[in-house]
Amino acid sequence: MRGREDEWTGLMRSAMAGDDAAYHRLLKAVTPVLRAAARRGLARAGQPPDQAEDIVQDILLAVHLKRHTWDSEAPFAPWLFAIARNKLIDALRRRGRRIFVNIDDFAETLPGEAPQETASAGEVAAQLATLPQRQRDVLQSIAVDSTSIKDTASKLSMSEGAVRVALHRGLAALTAKLRDR
Amino acid sequence: MDTDQLIRTLAADNAHHAPKVGAVLALSLLVAAPLTILIFATFLGVRPDVMSAMHNPFFDMKFAVTLSLAIPAIVISLHLSRPEALMRGWGWLLLLPVALLAVAIGGEMMMAPAMPMTMRLVGKNSRVCLSAIPAMSLPLLAGALFGLRHGAPSRPALAGALAGLLSAGLAATLYASHCTDDSPLFVATWYTLAAALVTAIGALVGAKVLRY
Repeated sequence: MRGREDEWTGLMRSAMAGDDAAYHRLLKAVTPVLRAAARRGLARAGQPPDQAEDIVQDILLAVHLKRHTWDSEAPFAPWLFAIARNKLIDALRRRGRRIFVNIDDFAETLPGEAPQETASAGEVAAQLATLPQRQRDVLQSIAVDSTSIKDTASKLSMSEGAVRVALHRGLAALTAKLRDR
Repeated sequence: MDTDQLIRTLAADNAHHAPKVGAVLALSLLVAAPLTILIFATFLGVRPDVMSAMHNPFFDMKFAVTLSLAIPAIVISLHLSRPEALMRGWGWLLLLPVALLAVAIGGEMMMAPAMPMTMRLVGKNSRVCLSAIPAMSLPLLAGALFGLRHGAPSRPALAGALAGLLSAGLAATLYASHCTDDSPLFVATWYTLAAALVTAIGALVGAKVLRY
């Protein structure tokens, strides 16, 4: 457990220093842990586990947009779990349940728990459709068609800088819509 | 969009770097400050006897009290803008102005009273104090909340309350240069009531706008 969390901290430091691949690996590494915790939280609240993926995506967006609040001298896991816990509580509250979420839900993965498949989630996709055209096109191209920023720029006849701006604004707008829904 | 696609998209946005919360808070307070100063200059202004008042330790004490509220409140609000931050170990900083006031009240008690206690307590400006500090706080509070929105506080109402305390502390520092009531008893009563009002507004609004 210790080793895993040290590895996350190292990856996040590299990510903040501009290593996109480290950032990608970090997000991939934390997702199964977040998913397991979201499922446990939902189960404890008597909710169907199929909403877990929406919560996971919610957490990932918040992690991304608030990563400047992480202190690179501090371990990454407590910061991550604090965000995850907040988002899980929000999600359960929105579904009309008051529930105590145990921080340990995030700190431990049950032994023998099979890594779950990536499930599709509806909420981010639904909000995506409400974004302004340009942001939607850019997100669609990068997320769904897995086109690079460079190729997206030439495909949409935009500069790379404009693609980057639209990408970031699109992600921020998505998060705001998810929060205020 | 499945989660792998989302992760790829987030990684593609890794080059975007947001400024630190402290920088955004400083900037938004600087933008709000002229409005507060305008309210002060229009309706209040510095008291005419300020040069002689500066030789009165109880006049100077007012600034020590208000700044010992504002500065720790800024520090704690920045601390709380990190999601994993706890109030534990930081709350005692907010006792600084209380301790200063207690010392000042004790000091005043030991001196021969220049005025009866009720006069010192109620003063001449209690109503002005109670409206001017909140009014001057509001632009700063808006600025503070805007700046703290850049953070990720786990307890938005608490973070909003700290935004209220810091803006009340800053506004009261300015107000102290106008007010001719220097008795620590007056400060302990009316400044505290005014700050409590602003803190309550900060907590209420913060609970809404500081969620992330």
